[in-house]
Amino acid sequence: MTADKLDPITLTVIQSGLQQVCNEMDLAFVRSAFSPVISEALDRSDGIYHKDNGELISQGELGLPVFVGTMQFGTRCVIERAKNLKEGDVYIVNDPYLGGTHLMDVRFVKPFFYDGELFAWLANTGHWPDTGGSVPGGFSANATEVEQEGLRLPPVKLYKEGIMDEEILSIVLSNIRIADQRIGDIKAQAAALSSGAKRFTELIDRYGKQTVNSAIQELRSRAAQQMRAKIKEIPDGKYQGNAFVDSDGVIDEPLCIDMKVHKQDTELYFDMSGSSPPCLGPMNSVIATTKSSVYLAIKHIFPDVPINAGTFDPLHIKEPEGTFLYAKYPRPVSGCAAEVSQRIAEAVFSALVKAIPQKLFAAPAGTSGNLCVGGYDPIREKNYVMYVISGGGYGGNYSTDGLSNGCSTIGISKTTPVEVMEQYYPVLFEEYSLHESSGGAGKSRGGFGINYKIRLRRGNAKVSMVMDHGRFGPQGVLGGKDGEVNKIQIEHNGKKYVPPHLSKDQNIYVQAGDRICVSTPGGGGYESALKRNPELVQKDVKRGYYTIRQAQDLFGVVLSSAGVIDDNATKKLRGK
Amino acid sequence: MTHIIGVDVGGTFTDLISFDVNSETVRIAKVLSTPENQSFGVMKALETSETNLPSVETLIHGTTVTTNALLERKISRVGLITTKGFRDVLELGRRTRPKPYGMTGVFECIIPREFRLEVKERIDSDGEIIERINKNDVTKAIKQLIENGIESLIIHFLHSYKNDIHERIASEIAKDLWPNSFITRGSELVTEFREYERGTTAAINASIQPVLHNYIQRLQQQLKENKYSKDLLVMQGNGGTVSSSIVSDEAVKTVMSGPASGVMAAAYTSTQCGFGHVVTYDMGGTSCDVGLIVDGIPQVTSELEIEYAMPIHVPMVDVHTIGAGGGSLAWVNTAGLLQVGPESAGAQPGPICYGRGGTKPTITDANLILGRLNPESLLSVENPVSIETVQNKVIDDVGRDLGFKGMEETASAIIRIANMNMAGALRLVSLARGYDPRDFVLFAFGGAGPLHAVSLAAELGIPKILVPMRPGITNAVGCVVADVRHDYVNSINVPLAHANMNQVNEIFISQIKAGKEMIASEGIDINEIVIIHQVDMQFQGQTHILNFPIQDPSVSRNDLQLLFEKAYLKRFNVELPEIRAVLVNLNTSVIGRRKPVPLKTLINQEKHKKKLSECIINSRPVWFDSGWHDTPIYNREFLPPKIKFRGPAVIEQLDTTTVVEPENHVEVDESGNLIISL
Repeated sequence: MTADKLDPITLTVIQSGLQQVCNEMDLAFVRSAFSPVISEALDRSDGIYHKDNGELISQGELGLPVFVGTMQFGTRCVIERAKNLKEGDVYIVNDPYLGGTHLMDVRFVKPFFYDGELFAWLANTGHWPDTGGSVPGGFSANATEVEQEGLRLPPVKLYKEGIMDEEILSIVLSNIRIADQRIGDIKAQAAALSSGAKRFTELIDRYGKQTVNSAIQELRSRAAQQMRAKIKEIPDGKYQGNAFVDSDGVIDEPLCIDMKVHKQDTELYFDMSGSSPPCLGPMNSVIATTKSSVYLAIKHIFPDVPINAGTFDPLHIKEPEGTFLYAKYPRPVSGCAAEVSQRIAEAVFSALVKAIPQKLFAAPAGTSGNLCVGGYDPIREKNYVMYVISGGGYGGNYSTDGLSNGCSTIGISKTTPVEVMEQYYPVLFEEYSLHESSGGAGKSRGGFGINYKIRLRRGNAKVSMVMDHGRFGPQGVLGGKDGEVNKIQIEHNGKKYVPPHLSKDQNIYVQAGDRICVSTPGGGGYESALKRNPELVQKDVKRGYYTIRQAQDLFGVVLSSAGVIDDNATKKLRGK
Repeated sequence: MTHIIGVDVGGTFTDLISFDVNSETVRIAKVLSTPENQSFGVMKALETSETNLPSVETLIHGTTVTTNALLERKISRVGLITTKGFRDVLELGRRTRPKPYGMTGVFECIIPREFRLEVKERIDSDGEIIERINKNDVTKAIKQLIENGIESLIIHFLHSYKNDIHERIASEIAKDLWPNSFITRGSELVTEFREYERGTTAAINASIQPVLHNYIQRLQQQLKENKYSKDLLVMQGNGGTVSSSIVSDEAVKTVMSGPASGVMAAAYTSTQCGFGHVVTYDMGGTSCDVGLIVDGIPQVTSELEIEYAMPIHVPMVDVHTIGAGGGSLAWVNTAGLLQVGPESAGAQPGPICYGRGGTKPTITDANLILGRLNPESLLSVENPVSIETVQNKVIDDVGRDLGFKGMEETASAIIRIANMNMAGALRLVSLARGYDPRDFVLFAFGGAGPLHAVSLAAELGIPKILVPMRPGITNAVGCVVADVRHDYVNSINVPLAHANMNQVNEIFISQIKAGKEMIASEGIDINEIVIIHQVDMQFQGQTHILNFPIQDPSVSRNDLQLLFEKAYLKRFNVELPEIRAVLVNLNTSVIGRRKPVPLKTLINQEKHKKKLSECIINSRPVWFDSGWHDTPIYNREFLPPKIKFRGPAVIEQLDTTTVVEPENHVEVDESGNLIISL
């Protein structure tokens, strides 16, 4: 049976059936996982991949965006190394250079058999809270080789014909922190794939192997067609954008992403070869993550295009050899999934906003805000590792202001409530508030970041963080102002300490009574702030988002001390 | 004193059902809703049904006043007093965006920032006071808020679920300065941790309290003028009712009460038919609501999000809305694939066949083309549109792009995709809660539910469908059969091994006591009191909880461990002997069962025919997968109990149409319900 004989209805039905299989895997994984990074922060993804080349067939809609393009590369690397496949086998792998992200993203890859024959691969990725290395949590700010970042696993069969290999398990568990709970994640991750296999079998039982296979092929070309239809809307031309990473964590110099986008008919070409060379610290990106970041940026611009390998056909990414966006062993990479990926997306946004301004937006806060406190609690007599992630403002867009405290561009994770953090760790939050005036001024202004202050109540601890936008605020566009930068300050013994690299540092010693203060970035502004409706500026001032002085200086709106708009003075000021 | 009346206000219609307890007869009325003041519609329904108000024993009312106020943001001006450093928690939320992809979206906090004030106070997670509350701060803040013209107030402090002393002190000060019943303490409604969710629940409560209070007062005034002196009961989202005298204290609990009453009616009806596991399926014009009933008990959730970033964490019947209704649009995307919804033609302009200006094909139009709907009896038609016009439009807009020439294959493709979308969503809803839809009966109601029920059930592998006697007034039936209900949740959050089991028992006992006292204070006539206990547990280190019922409040540690392991294995198919269990929440529902209502009275026996052939009023060609079938059209009112027949069949009644496919078996039960077996 050839694809063109498939009726369009069966096609839609199978498309949605494949989607269901993946959504159910996502659901099963998240509901039974232990790592709060998976269960609460949803830092995971599940999908179905082609049996020969690992190309993406379908991916769960509830998965973390950064994995949108990486998992097909990872699955291909497993296929190339796989031997003697049996039903019930499950590979475990976290090697970043084999189609991965950072070491904490652990992939499970399972051959899926139908009628005794290999039909496809099922795979999922989950972010483990720790995979060993020099810093609890894995976000070392100044590692210089991957071995310092944690345990690196090549593809090995953790399950052989359905039975867990206790020896491999014991190697893994001996090399990571808080190992006792990982067994829960491992079982959840494998069980999610099994539930997917069951549903996928039912789907093929119902429609037949031939039909499902033809549909998969046809859906691939239809997705490409749909993506091309979207791209066609972009005017032909060459567009340039850029974004900067504060530093690599080791050498205090900015890294530049130079993004040249060439749009021709139905194709988009991305060239990043003008970007900075590989760096010493962990801000390198592996190629799978670099490509995935471009894909997810496009998906943010055209959210309704379904995702399978065909979607990526019209997106041509020149492999940026010789830059920090194509890291090879043993370059450290812990910053790539959480931070560099977001800068790459911002570079894409900043190039394409010039082409289709009404569909785009100014830069979002774009940092995951990873902060980790590892210490000893003398009352509970145990070690702990506390993670804090934080959001920031989104960029303004054609029709609305940016959202405040939005999630990272590459994530969909919620923060843990203060009341939960304080239950588990010996800390007291003294503040969790809106970062006033952090939104970049514009006709549509950026959303606001947040401020939080944590006081250590007892014992001592070490603080590490990998964030970004500490030196350069999220870019404003089309005349809008940049958002406010990220700020970190540690108060130790009454003395204030600002990390030399502003947004990255590790193992900063703190003791009871010390404070960690963080203010996250606001989003960039969209178009000139002088075009903003004065009544909206007045409302912003009433709410305390900006001061009366800022209304005048940034927005050209003159307000009396009681907050009344002075029309004449405003006109005069804006007329200048 | 012989009548029990349920009145439910829906988006379009206000429905009334009146049971005469003595004569076991029933009256029904359906009038247009009056959104500007729902009480007009209620009074009109009472008038239409010729109700003699002084003879009414109980009046139970389901209202959408609070839901509408909230969704349209026609809410009161609320002030917030909170812990220093945390006034923005309600605006910042938990770092989200509306959808995984797309970096845009807006969120408007229901309390504007200038009405959110802070006071010095701090309690830690063990409930220890770290900083005493500064009463001067409180006084100052309240005065400032009063000056700013607030209409209601919430007091929301960190860790008040553990120790509410500061909230109490602040609320006493507030009451002195501002004697008022619209003061909500954060820990009053929700005693669980999570400051954003608890605070938002309190804020939503405060924002709709005055709205509900004023509405109830207006309605009661009108009832009084018509000589009704008994109490008015109001439906709540947990599927129970409360007295109107206390309903505005916890106004947030009335949000979602509409869908809840539908599920209550389904539970009541299905239990009488002997079905324990039921999926409820209510399809209307723009969306459908699905809920789960397990062993006769509607499933309840405390984690509902009524819209983006608006969580309501009080127990509510777990109803999930899917964006597929009769008005959902069918279209072909740029990949050449047929899509149905989520965009909807709504009530305006509506489907093409309604003649209100709709020009885009909808699910309703497809049903009409396939003969499933009777073109003569469409309820909402303004300017009649010819069937040819509808057919041509469906072919032009959808069929051609798919390469279809026939209107049948186009229309049936639309129905098939719509059913598949609904089935997929419904599957996820049940799986997310740990159930397999194949173990359930489908209870179909709403204007379009029975139209799609058979094919939906087939898609899901559900073997049986129940269509109640009066599918169009199910919510009003729900009002009449609903119990009086109060729910209590207390967080413990300790490893089970360390839990003080005496304390656990004491908490359950105090929850029972509180519920019984509450019911007594309402003065409602109760037949019996039923207590349901549930616990929420998790393995140490997890953040999701698993909820399961327990029979005995003095349950032992060992039994809890075993019950948890069993429930966990069933849900996730994983055993974790390596990890310790944690006891998170203790829940008790105290339910006062009112006198049972005989559902048989819903049938109008006078109209029953003796023979099957007499029930057939017509026939017309209807399209099924195997082609056109000349299909008998039955009048539902004519079908006597115990009669059996086979599909294909279309069963028409005033408020809905039931489609039965070839080879399906239909049986009418003693209460007039249709039981369809696939």
